[in-house]
Amino acid sequence: MGPLSLITFIPLLGAIVILFIPKEKETAVKVVALVATGICLLIAAQLYVGFDNSKPGAPDPAGMQFVEGPYPWIPSFNISYYMGLDGLSLPMVLLTALLCFICIVASWNIKQSLRGYFSLFLLLDTGMQGVFCSLDFFLFYIFWEIMLLPMYFLIGIWGSQEDRREYSAIKFFLYTLVGSVLLLLAMLAFYFATTPHTFNMLTIMQQAGTFSRTFQTYIYLAMFIGFAIKVPIFPFHTWLPDAHVAAPTAVSVILAGVLLKMGTYGLFRFNFPMTPEASQYFGWMLAVLGAVNIIYGALCAMAQSDLKKLVAYSSISHMGISLLGMAALTPRGMVGSLMQMFNHGTITAMMFLLVGVVYDRVHHRQIDNFGGLRTKVPIYAGIFSLAFFAALGLPGLSGFIGEALCFIGAFPVYRTITIISLTGVVLTAGYVLWMLQRVLLGPLNPRYEDLPEISGREVFTLAPLGAIVVVLGIWPAPLLNLMTSSMNNLARIFAP
Amino acid sequence: MSPNNLESLNYILPEMIVTLSVLVLVILDLLVDGEKKRLMTGVTVAALVLTLFSIAALYRAGERSLFEGMMALDAFSLFFKMLFVVATILAAVFSLESADVGSRRIGEFYALLMALVLGGFLMASATDLLMMYLALEMVSIPSYLLSGFQKEVRRSNEAAIKYVIYGGVSSGVMIYGLSLLYGMTGTTNLYKMAEVLSTSQPYPLTLFVGIAFAMAGFGYKVASVPFHFWCPDVYEGAPTPVTAFLSIAPKAAGFAMLARFFYSGVAHQAGAQLAFTGVDWPFLLAVIAAFTMTLGNVVAVWQDNLKRLLAYSSIAHAGYMMMGVVTLSGEGLRAMMFYLMAYLLMNLGAFLVVILMARRLNGEDIGAYKGLGARSLFVAVVLTIFLFSLTGLPPTIGLIGKIYLFAALIEHKWYWLAVIGVLNGVVALYYYARIVRAMFLEQPATAEPIALPGRSLALLTAIAAPTVLFGLYWTPLIDLADRSMRMLTGP
Repeated sequence: MGPLSLITFIPLLGAIVILFIPKEKETAVKVVALVATGICLLIAAQLYVGFDNSKPGAPDPAGMQFVEGPYPWIPSFNISYYMGLDGLSLPMVLLTALLCFICIVASWNIKQSLRGYFSLFLLLDTGMQGVFCSLDFFLFYIFWEIMLLPMYFLIGIWGSQEDRREYSAIKFFLYTLVGSVLLLLAMLAFYFATTPHTFNMLTIMQQAGTFSRTFQTYIYLAMFIGFAIKVPIFPFHTWLPDAHVAAPTAVSVILAGVLLKMGTYGLFRFNFPMTPEASQYFGWMLAVLGAVNIIYGALCAMAQSDLKKLVAYSSISHMGISLLGMAALTPRGMVGSLMQMFNHGTITAMMFLLVGVVYDRVHHRQIDNFGGLRTKVPIYAGIFSLAFFAALGLPGLSGFIGEALCFIGAFPVYRTITIISLTGVVLTAGYVLWMLQRVLLGPLNPRYEDLPEISGREVFTLAPLGAIVVVLGIWPAPLLNLMTSSMNNLARIFAP
Repeated sequence: MSPNNLESLNYILPEMIVTLSVLVLVILDLLVDGEKKRLMTGVTVAALVLTLFSIAALYRAGERSLFEGMMALDAFSLFFKMLFVVATILAAVFSLESADVGSRRIGEFYALLMALVLGGFLMASATDLLMMYLALEMVSIPSYLLSGFQKEVRRSNEAAIKYVIYGGVSSGVMIYGLSLLYGMTGTTNLYKMAEVLSTSQPYPLTLFVGIAFAMAGFGYKVASVPFHFWCPDVYEGAPTPVTAFLSIAPKAAGFAMLARFFYSGVAHQAGAQLAFTGVDWPFLLAVIAAFTMTLGNVVAVWQDNLKRLLAYSSIAHAGYMMMGVVTLSGEGLRAMMFYLMAYLLMNLGAFLVVILMARRLNGEDIGAYKGLGARSLFVAVVLTIFLFSLTGLPPTIGLIGKIYLFAALIEHKWYWLAVIGVLNGVVALYYYARIVRAMFLEQPATAEPIALPGRSLALLTAIAAPTVLFGLYWTPLIDLADRSMRMLTGP
């Protein structure tokens, strides 16, 4: 078994082990989950070290790394077990492994049906890693759909009652299922369009030139809706605020940190190389929707009185920047977009964790009910400021790099749209600073005289993310180098 | 090649075993006194297992036309016969678990069940219009009796009456359609009919009316729109093991007959494709399929009784399977057959849970399932597997079945139907998830745990495990469907 199978299936193994632990041994359950995700994190580190930055990645099978397969699975339908990484998927795999590990630590205070929670969480982990590692469309689809089940239960059972968890859970489920069934049709269409019929994603990419214009247009749109719901792109975004707010902290982190990235990952992995002509044709649409996301998300965030909703809407805004970058179809824009995906994953994870920390203590999230927390909990306030400054794109922190690259990449291609989008940066600064002022500054609200400081465990979940945010802000090369050659290779399809 | 009437007897061993077992059951019922439910179930299952072996043995016999063109012996019919047998074995075992079927009249019950199986066998292999009609009636009449089996229960009686009335009208319309076809072609043999239709120029309106009326019979058996009205009431009122059985066996028989009627009787080979005289039948079938699944799914959303909900869901699934027939291709047929196997597992599984829980939760309403996850995690998880399989989520056989159906549609360029089909899956998720939500997301009225006997647990596992495992590796099933696609091509 290669590292990719291990990183995918060790969580599943952990989930199965957890089911056999007696209900009373709560610590054992948590430790198994921790060990499983810990091993995955180590494997991820090993992948990072062993990754060859110079290889070009998809669609050349030789450009992929850590390849396993293709091993025949259902030969009569040409389905195989085929996994591999390139500069596009590796950052996502690293992000997933890191966030899953952190989320297990962040879930330490879960009280209700522990075994169910942790085994579903690990199943979710398997689904996510599988999605990023698969090179067979069918395999990808199975993983893609498998993620829905644990997510539904995690939001529905462990979510917060006052935020309508049942409603949010089924809304998330239905929305994403609409997207995935369209993806299913696209998958079958590719199967019958290729000769010989295949689900091998790399082969489909190589044969992309033979697909007719109309075929590409329809398939592009079908896949686009599937991925747009995940990103989420306006107007398919309405599930997101509900789901994020209702979900328990760790699940919000995974939702915003990893699941949203699957949308943009899908656009990079499927839409661009498999329907290149249509991608070029619809580039402007992506840019416009990106701009809408940026500005609409920021305006909505500004209007929120609930801290978690504010973070949720800020995700919509930040994913818009990523869309704008990829819409440029130039190497710079695409690298920026992928950077933005990774950075948003770490920054938004921090923000949700921080919201969770304060929610655990005061059991509300109303921005206006806070005030002056800076004096009472200085360490918390420090980390809080770091995360939100990173989100507003302060130079020197990682958020800035991705945003800047996206805007610089998009500017030569879509001048007006980029200029309009840039107002979003100002709006972001507006809502972040305004919120920081209401929460941290001013006189201390007397209700919080006894507010305890952030605990060691909570700092442990935030510290690695904070370190990444700072380091990548000053020195982005370690991440940038991973993706450059793959993204250059991908952009080559669109080179005039 | 075609054996004469006497020689044909060699090829109907399964039918003979079933007939014999009907007689044995009736006589045994008279001889044995007292508690005989287990004994009768044992005899029935034993006879069915024997039948299964005799069917498997016939797989090697090749394709033949039996009884002067009345019946076909081919892999296609054998496949459906195996499907009935498996469904009947499960239904018989379910009856053991259910209080709906009492001990006193159990012999009668199984005798009727076996008579129904015989009818199903004939439906699967009939190649003559008259034979088809007789076989259909042979399935219908025991179905009426079985659905009204609880004489003392009003709902059961109502179900039987409704079933009889709808069934009577449908088969009347059907035989009228068949008579028109006979009038036009001068034959009742399917193959000769196809030959005449392709060479002569039949009057289009008569042809249309004839086939459309014949469709009434098939549509009624598979419960497709607009012949579905009986379905929810009968499913709700009938004893649950009977409902479970009716949801799969007559439906499968209906599809077998429908497919044979169109493939062998109406269409003719034009090059590599099947072609039609006069009317664009695939398009009409596609419209029926689209309406059937949409109606079934949309109306199911409003149901609070689980049996009624599963009835509407079975209408929807008839629509899905109809999509396989629409393409009039080997791929479509194979997908339909694969889906039937999937449907057998997941639907019978869901009904088994309803049977087991009816007494323990005091009802069949979704509300009664509130908090089942906390009271019996195993049952709740197993039901979730079946429901998600019916929805078409991985890793279950339901998803694979749907993928084969959609693959057939896309290969044959039925894009609009495929889009309607997949979107229907989303509607379906909503109402299946309502049950899941009640079980896991809502609090139980009492926290008292539910304990099931080991036998029930084993039975649940025996159905749930293949539902998941075949969702991960389904080569054996698709190979079986592949081998079983071959229909007899000529008299």
